[in-house]
Amino acid sequence: MGILEVKGVNKRFGGLQALGNVNLSVKENTVHAIIGPNGAGKSTLLNVLVGKLIPDTGSVMFDGQSVLGRKPYQINQMGISRVFQTPEIFGDLTVFENVMIPCFAKRDGAFKLNAVGDMLGQKDLIEKAEQMLIDVNMIDKRNMHSASMSRGDKRRLEMAMCLVQEPKLLLLDEPTAGMARADTNNTIDLLKEIKAKRDITMAIIEHDMHVVFSLADRITVLALGTPLVEDAPENIKGNPKVREAYLGESA
Amino acid sequence: MLGLTKKDATLLLVVAVLALCAPFILNPFPEGSAMAQFNAGYPDLMQRFVIFGIFAIGFNILFGLTGYLSFGHAAFLGVGSYSAVWMFKLLSMNVIPAIMLSVIVSGLFALLIGFVSLRRSGIYFSILTLAFAQMSFNLAYSVLTPITNGETGLQLTLQDPRVLGQSVSETGGIPVTSLFGIELRSTYQMDLGAWLFQFNVGYYLCAVMLLLAFYLAIRIFRSPFGMMLRAIKSNQHRVNYTGLNPRPYTLAAFVISGMYAGLAGGLMASMDPLAGAERMQWTASGEVVLMTILGGAGTLIGPVLGAGFIKYFENIFSKINDNVLHGWFSLLPDGLENLIVGVLHPFIGKGWHLTLGILFMLVVIFLPGGLVEGGQRIARLFRRGKADQTDTTTKPAE
Repeated sequence: MGILEVKGVNKRFGGLQALGNVNLSVKENTVHAIIGPNGAGKSTLLNVLVGKLIPDTGSVMFDGQSVLGRKPYQINQMGISRVFQTPEIFGDLTVFENVMIPCFAKRDGAFKLNAVGDMLGQKDLIEKAEQMLIDVNMIDKRNMHSASMSRGDKRRLEMAMCLVQEPKLLLLDEPTAGMARADTNNTIDLLKEIKAKRDITMAIIEHDMHVVFSLADRITVLALGTPLVEDAPENIKGNPKVREAYLGESA
Repeated sequence: MLGLTKKDATLLLVVAVLALCAPFILNPFPEGSAMAQFNAGYPDLMQRFVIFGIFAIGFNILFGLTGYLSFGHAAFLGVGSYSAVWMFKLLSMNVIPAIMLSVIVSGLFALLIGFVSLRRSGIYFSILTLAFAQMSFNLAYSVLTPITNGETGLQLTLQDPRVLGQSVSETGGIPVTSLFGIELRSTYQMDLGAWLFQFNVGYYLCAVMLLLAFYLAIRIFRSPFGMMLRAIKSNQHRVNYTGLNPRPYTLAAFVISGMYAGLAGGLMASMDPLAGAERMQWTASGEVVLMTILGGAGTLIGPVLGAGFIKYFENIFSKINDNVLHGWFSLLPDGLENLIVGVLHPFIGKGWHLTLGILFMLVVIFLPGGLVEGGQRIARLFRRGKADQTDTTTKPAE
């Protein structure tokens, strides 16, 4: 049994079968990549996992509980954090405040009216947030206005915001999309570092094969909304079916 | 001090000094001089400054922190006024229970309206609040006449029970509002040479309320709750994916700001115990939006400045008429004098709205952060000038 079990998921948008009978099992403490050509249904699958879309049929179980019908914030509270294709951060807040919000979210979970409390009184959370910023090498940017940072830094900050929640599963939606080679390599190193430091399961959706083969323990290839193969990276490389799915499209 | 940072404590102290010394500060010109008409230090107007200041501070907690633009905040002000007047009619002329009831009733009313309106955001939220406020206004005018006394407005009468007070005062009139026996209308007048300063009990009650409201606003702005609200304004999407449901936070902000409006309404009724439906009209809701944006949305002091600015214009600037202008320019040749007065005519007196409108446009275009940003820019210029002169001796000003 994996930590995330997707069984027989179908999703149809009008006449388009976006997902057809998708079965997927993500094992705990692994990095599972989901790859596939454009329009293969990768993003639809991700949106199903985080509660943004509800599939027509099938089940999605996380840690023994169904995620279907839950709101995104409830799914996050179950232990799934998500990194977006374009970094979604709190642009009006400082870097430090950006990390504090998930710290509060993690602790309070449900609504708590802390309207006259003092920020300085939250010593444990401040320490936690600062430690996180040290971990991702951003402590020197602590008081920076986060909207004014580079895209690579925003991505780094977004990952820090997800990680500080100590999620059981981290979903990454094309974490290196639009990045320069050097930034991509930095991100790979960051993810490897994170993986080495804590027990975390990651599901990565990615275009860039370099990223996928440097990180993934397991790869699922999607094509036209259906999983083609699921195997270890070294077996995927030589698989004729995968080659056909990719080359058939690009030729 | 009081759980505030040094900077915030200084700000609170400045506001406290300004509020308590307002009778002096707003009366800079000697009685009977030509400039005396610019004096704003009479109780009635000072009360209005402060009451609308409270109203705008509350509005800013919603608009400045969460970005939800409510166009129906006057409804809570009106509900607060009605509640207070009913308390004067039924219980006693003491303002404390009246103000408490107005805060509670408008809080409940805000809970109801907020619960429905906050299902939508952006322009739809604004329209929903506007619709609710107009609905309240029209109901107060017509169907709810038994509670609101319709067009006439709710007034005190000699037949009111006032179970803890008296229906009729010793002199046979309607009793006046009081604070544990101290009449709010009583004013101490101080003659100092040519100047006349007035210290009014009602004004000082309002000023103390303003300070409490301002202090609470600072605490909310700096609290984890305030940070959460700013996060919601910044990226609601991310808030959802961080495991937080934004609805309770926005609703709490809405209710708090409704209670501020209720406090303002209750104070308004305490100063002058009558309440009319026009307090709920959409123009009144629009006015508080203008005050907040003019002063600087999202800043602490901005809304108070904006409220003072608009109320000053409404009450003082509108008093300038052609005769006053002729007086000012009487030294010029007749033709030129008439020309200048003719050019200025549309901007003064009843045309004060035009001047205010132009100023508002200029502020929005050139100072998007409102009057506060203007102040900051001036301070920065001043600081830079000073830094140039003294060079290395000055410390960075942050």
